[in-house]
Amino acid sequence: MTETLDPDGPSKGTVTLVHLYPREMSIYGDLGNTRALASRIRRHGYTAEVVDHHPGGELRADAHLLMGGGGQDSGQARVEADLEAVGPTLKTMAADGVPMLVICGMYQLFGNSFHTVGGQVLPGLGILDVTTRGNDKRMIGPVCLETEFGRVVGYENHSGSTVLGTGQEAFGKVLAGHGNNGEDRTEGARTLHVIGTYLHGPLLPANPMVSDALIAVAAERATGRPFEPEDLDDPLADEARGRQVRRLVGSR
Amino acid sequence: MLRTAAAVAAGKTVRALARRRGGGSAFPGLVAERIQPRILRRALADIPGGIVVVSGTNGKTTTTKMLVAVLRAHSRTVFSNPTGSNFTRGVLSEMLPQLPVSGRLEADLVVVELDEAHAMRFVDEVAPTHSLLLNVARDQLDRFAEIDHTADLLARLGAASTEGVVANADDPFVSRAADALDVPVRWFGLDASIADRLPEITEHDSRFDDAPTTRDPGAGDARLRPRDERAFDVVFPDVAVGPVTLRQRGLAAMINATAATTTARLLLGDDFDPSVAAAALAAVQPPFGRGEVIDVDGQPLELVLVKNPAGFGVALNTYGSTPVATMVAINDNDADGRDVSWLYDVSFASLRERGVALTSGVRAYDMALRLHYDDVAVDRVVPDLEEALDAFVAAHGGEPKRIFCTYTAMMALRRTLAARHGLAHFGEDAPA
Repeated sequence: MTETLDPDGPSKGTVTLVHLYPREMSIYGDLGNTRALASRIRRHGYTAEVVDHHPGGELRADAHLLMGGGGQDSGQARVEADLEAVGPTLKTMAADGVPMLVICGMYQLFGNSFHTVGGQVLPGLGILDVTTRGNDKRMIGPVCLETEFGRVVGYENHSGSTVLGTGQEAFGKVLAGHGNNGEDRTEGARTLHVIGTYLHGPLLPANPMVSDALIAVAAERATGRPFEPEDLDDPLADEARGRQVRRLVGSR
Repeated sequence: MLRTAAAVAAGKTVRALARRRGGGSAFPGLVAERIQPRILRRALADIPGGIVVVSGTNGKTTTTKMLVAVLRAHSRTVFSNPTGSNFTRGVLSEMLPQLPVSGRLEADLVVVELDEAHAMRFVDEVAPTHSLLLNVARDQLDRFAEIDHTADLLARLGAASTEGVVANADDPFVSRAADALDVPVRWFGLDASIADRLPEITEHDSRFDDAPTTRDPGAGDARLRPRDERAFDVVFPDVAVGPVTLRQRGLAAMINATAATTTARLLLGDDFDPSVAAAALAAVQPPFGRGEVIDVDGQPLELVLVKNPAGFGVALNTYGSTPVATMVAINDNDADGRDVSWLYDVSFASLRERGVALTSGVRAYDMALRLHYDDVAVDRVVPDLEEALDAFVAAHGGEPKRIFCTYTAMMALRRTLAARHGLAHFGEDAPA
């Protein structure tokens, strides 16, 4: 399904946003991330073309922006075959600098491999240099990160424990919460414009500066011109985020 | 034996003290359990008519209340846990005042509502004769982690039931679980005439699966057939119960009544009387927070508990036809679900026309932000609940009002309302 949102004034160009597996991998309100991106693309004066990618469908290799969410084990099983088929395309797109946001289960699938508690090794796409091991302990709770985009808030709920490869950049440094593995204070991973993270919330509505970073790259790819942002005011998001930051880390 | 008597006595004492303090409903059960760990098994050893566990994500409290009402209307003595403290120890705490020192409960039947996880602890102690499996929806993932896991817990509850199971034919998770059982299964569901309304009450996460299996109703199976927005019949192949008009509104309540009626018939057998059942259902008061109406300065104020996407969706559908001044109060304590992501799996489009007067609670700004994404205008954001309630009542004094709220927000609002408008205490019915 494709949905098009036009800006109020003349459009600066069309940004194509692909939501990977919205049915199978969209638990914990991940749909909110797609809505946040689409709405923000529109408010910046661009047309947002939102494309749902379902298993068996043709992946839009010309997409300017991708979003993939978390799922349950059964959801992951349903997308496995398709992900293997579109994997090489995703890998090429990522290497070419296409911005992507992958959350939780999809973050793990974008890594090198997932090692189950039972000792099975499931290969990932290898877009992010991370390795995840199944764990008996679930890491659950509110999170606050320091990132290059500023302080980011969200909620984590994962049993996989993820370790970054040598030289792999994290998405952020944990100020409150568990992060990738509860030990090294890293959270998520970032390579070029691909961000992988465990944060639900959903992530983007309350952290619009992350949306803008992704959209800036996407808009430039879509139009061939530098991003021409509007000066947007986000009082609700700022207040929602600010309150969580104060609750979780105080005024540090 | 002496140990049991001591446990019963200690539990009763603690319960009396706890009630005087106005506090926790599970603690007395904990004390009794410490002294005699087998107390629950012993208490339920002599129940002749059946031990029924009601479980599922949504509708446990309402359905349990309806089932108990129908059974009592058939002159059965029934023990139940009406406080909504759907934990094993809560059941025990509730039981203590009725327990003789022998530790054996005297009742024809026991009907308890338990959430899926606590149902497992209960069946470890006591094998239920029957279970009623309502539905599986995403709820409090903090605790249960995954919907598949929740479905598995319900399947195990069904498998632990010794005589029979009543199952929701329209819920793919429940239906799959119950199909695999060895004990007899009675099914309840929507009549074919309203099958198109199924999406209103099912979890969308489950819908991409195979189309639900249609099954022909067998003996003892019941279908919900509405006559209009309020009146309906519960139709068995041989007899119909109705027309019934519930005091609680909405399709979800009608389904709960259908589930309760199917279960009551299974338990009562030939003693089941359709007209007695219909009258009992019509008299059931909505439980705490499920469409409870409070009179505030001559105008109705409805409190609607919301705790997961399916439930919020059902509530918005139920009340969508009568838009009134609306407030939404979202907290994120353990009992509310600490992750508020689920608000993005609810469509708030039905509130667009009228807008929302206030958002409140610890996550008031997150809720306002969520509504913003559905183009729902919000007049004010007031995180403090008491302040918000005052502002809401002041701004909309001369008209009906509705508050959608999470559990702890509801508890706080209810306390404020009780102080000012003489409400019944939590867990007790408002005067009819």
